[in-house]
This record gives sequence, structure tokens and C-alpha cells, in this order.
Amino acid sequence: MKNEWPLWEVFIRGQHGLNHRHVGSLHAPDAEMAIKNARDVYTRRNEGVSIWVVEAAHITASSPSDKGPLYEPSESKVYRHPTFFDIPDEAGHM
Amino acid sequence: MYAQMVKSEATAEDPQKLAAFQARIDAGEKIEPKDWMPEGYRKTLIRQIGQHAHSEIVGQLPEGNWITRAPTLERKAILLAKVQDEAGHGLYLYCAAETLGVSRDELTEMLLDGRMKYSSIFNYPTLTWADMGAVGWLVDGAAIMNQVPLQRTSYGPYSRAMIRICKEESFHQRQGYHIMMKMAQGTPAQKKMAQDALNRFWYPSLMMFGPSDKDSVHSAQSMKWKIKMNTNDELRQKFVDQTVPQAEFLGLTVPDDTLRWNDDKGGYDFAEPDWSEFFDVIQGNGPCNTERLAARNKAWDDGAWVREGLMAHAAKKRAAKLAAE
Repeated sequence: MKNEWPLWEVFIRGQHGLNHRHVGSLHAPDAEMAIKNARDVYTRRNEGVSIWVVEAAHITASSPSDKGPLYEPSESKVYRHPTFFDIPDEAGHM
Repeated sequence: MYAQMVKSEATAEDPQKLAAFQARIDAGEKIEPKDWMPEGYRKTLIRQIGQHAHSEIVGQLPEGNWITRAPTLERKAILLAKVQDEAGHGLYLYCAAETLGVSRDELTEMLLDGRMKYSSIFNYPTLTWADMGAVGWLVDGAAIMNQVPLQRTSYGPYSRAMIRICKEESFHQRQGYHIMMKMAQGTPAQKKMAQDALNRFWYPSLMMFGPSDKDSVHSAQSMKWKIKMNTNDELRQKFVDQTVPQAEFLGLTVPDDTLRWNDDKGGYDFAEPDWSEFFDVIQGNGPCNTERLAARNKAWDDGAWVREGLMAHAAKKRAAKLAAE
């Protein structure tokens, strides 16, 4: 079947001021219908107050084989975490 | 269990890659769509998730049957919400299957022409309002037994779909049990209807978990891959142990003369369902197989002009927008 509705990725922002979060995907003929369908499929129980949809074909993702070069460099940089530094208790809360 | 007798196949592939893949699964890592995976893992998952999705979609039919005849407006609204959830669950699962490289339309067509199956349970008719109670209580109860452990399955998109589904599923079972309570505490005629519904749905519900482990040929590989978390018999036993006290609370009798508490194993001994009936229903000879597939085919055919019309409309709007820029 050639005329299949395109796939859209759905992002929803919940009630409490957090970021939009990916919740799933769906098929729809256009953006307007994708929002309508997302409301029916992903917010039946007050899950959100705002919906973003983006056509899945427009998403560029990192490749799993790049995991090493992309993320390993940060593994050796423990000093980026506050717990790296020992501060004496006498200095007070920091 | 919405997936029954899913054929699992190991495939001949680079042993080093296979070992690394198995090590990831054993370490509890999730496999994601773009990761390398054995062809057998991919194919088995498409079959399993597809069958599960089809079951959610076809599962709307036996309950949809009662929406217009629900006894009160409130019950009608609840049933409508439940059936809408089933549609949603089907959609979550189709999306998970699609990440494995099969298209939505391919999946739909495989259901419609019988190449893919759905759970045997939905080939039984819903004859009275009490059946809405029995379906929610027993059928959704059996489904939950299987779906809760599947939240930990190795395939990321499947696991995430199961987490969403499980959050919503408990409402389904409780609303069913609530209907059963009302009926069982009602007039003698209503209580009789409740008992009759339990009588008809008990064994088909036990069949939902699939054949006995000794006859279940596909379990070992699927369990190694963590796309099946428990054996059929384990889940069936758990279901019986949970459900029998609930039936007693309702004052209803489980239609099994051999049902006994077994102290040694800490569970009930119970009669197996008639497996020849199960295989017959799977083969297409259940009471409603023809009707269910006919309804799905009709919906697909009748909806063709809408699907095509909306695509044409979207193309026209896109062209107009481009022209205006």
C-alpha cells in the first residue's frame, strides 16, 4: 500500500511545568490531524496540557555505533560532578 | 495473554554478534530499534507484538456489541471509555511493531487476510450484559497477568508500550468485577446471568495463556531473549489462584468439579481447558471467527475513501502553502 499516512512522533508537556516529553507515535495525514489524534491516543487521562507533533521522517537520530565516540569522553571527566570535590564539614553547607 | 503460540525462530548468524547480543539481554539492557539484533528476534517480535496489537483491535468488537445496550448512561460511558482504551492499546503496540521494519498497512493486511492471528478469546460471543462483567474481570485479568511481567521485556519500544498499557488496564478489570458484583448481588435472574457468564468465559480465559508448557515448543528461545517472561503454565496457575477467591466473594461457582486447594504447592489444582477446542478456534472455527474478520475487513474497506480523501486534502494544502511562500 503506497498511500499510507505518514508517521508522527508525539511529545507532551504535563501539568507541572516539565519539558515536552516523547510519549509515542501515530499515523495521520497531516499535522492538524496528528494533533487531534494525539489528543485521543495520548491524553485520555489528563496526561498533558500541550502537544507537539513532528513527522518522524524529519527526525535525525544519532547512530548506535557512535555510542563510544559520542559518550565515552564524558566518562573520564568526573570533576564535572560536585561530589568530586571534598569540602570539609567545617566550611558549612555548600 | 494476547499472544498465543507465537513461533520463535533462532537464525544462523555471526556467533560473536549473537553472543554479544545475548550478553546485553542478560545484563538487563534494552534493545532499541536501530541496534543490531538477530533476524529471528526481529521476526518473532513482529509476530508477537503484531498479534498482541490485533487482539486489542479485534477485542473491541465483543464489547462494542453492548455499548448501545448498556443498562445505564454511566455504564455506557464507562464501556465506551474502555473500548476506546483498547483502540489506544492497539495503536501503541502497532507503533512498537513498526519500529522493527514492518509497516502499519502490512500489519493490517496480514490480520485481514488471516496471515496473522489474534487471541482466541475474542472469537467467543458476548450474549448478555453479564458478559461485559466477565470479560473485564477474567479476560482483562488474564491479560494483566501476562502484561505486567512484559513491562520488563528486552525490546525497548515494546516495554514502553506495555508500561503505558498496564497503567490503564487495571481500570478495565475493576470495572468488569464491579459489574459482576452488581449482578451477583442483584435479583436471582441477574445472579444466574452472572454465573452463566462465568461458566462460558472460564475455560476460554484459561486458554488465553496458550497450551501447556509440555506442548509449548516456542517458549525456550523467547524466554532466553526476554520477550516471554513466564511460562504459560506459571501464568495460568497465578491467574487461577488470584481469581478463585474473587469468584467466592461474588458467591459464584467456578465451573470445575476438580478445583481443590493444594497445600503442598500453595495453589489450586484445576482442570485443563479442552485443548482441541482451543486449536479449533485458532484454526478459524470458533463461534465468531468469521464475524470478527468480516467486521474488520468491512471497517477497512469502508474507510478506504476517508484515508485516501484525507491524504489528497493534505497534499492539496501542502501545495497551496508552497505556492503562497
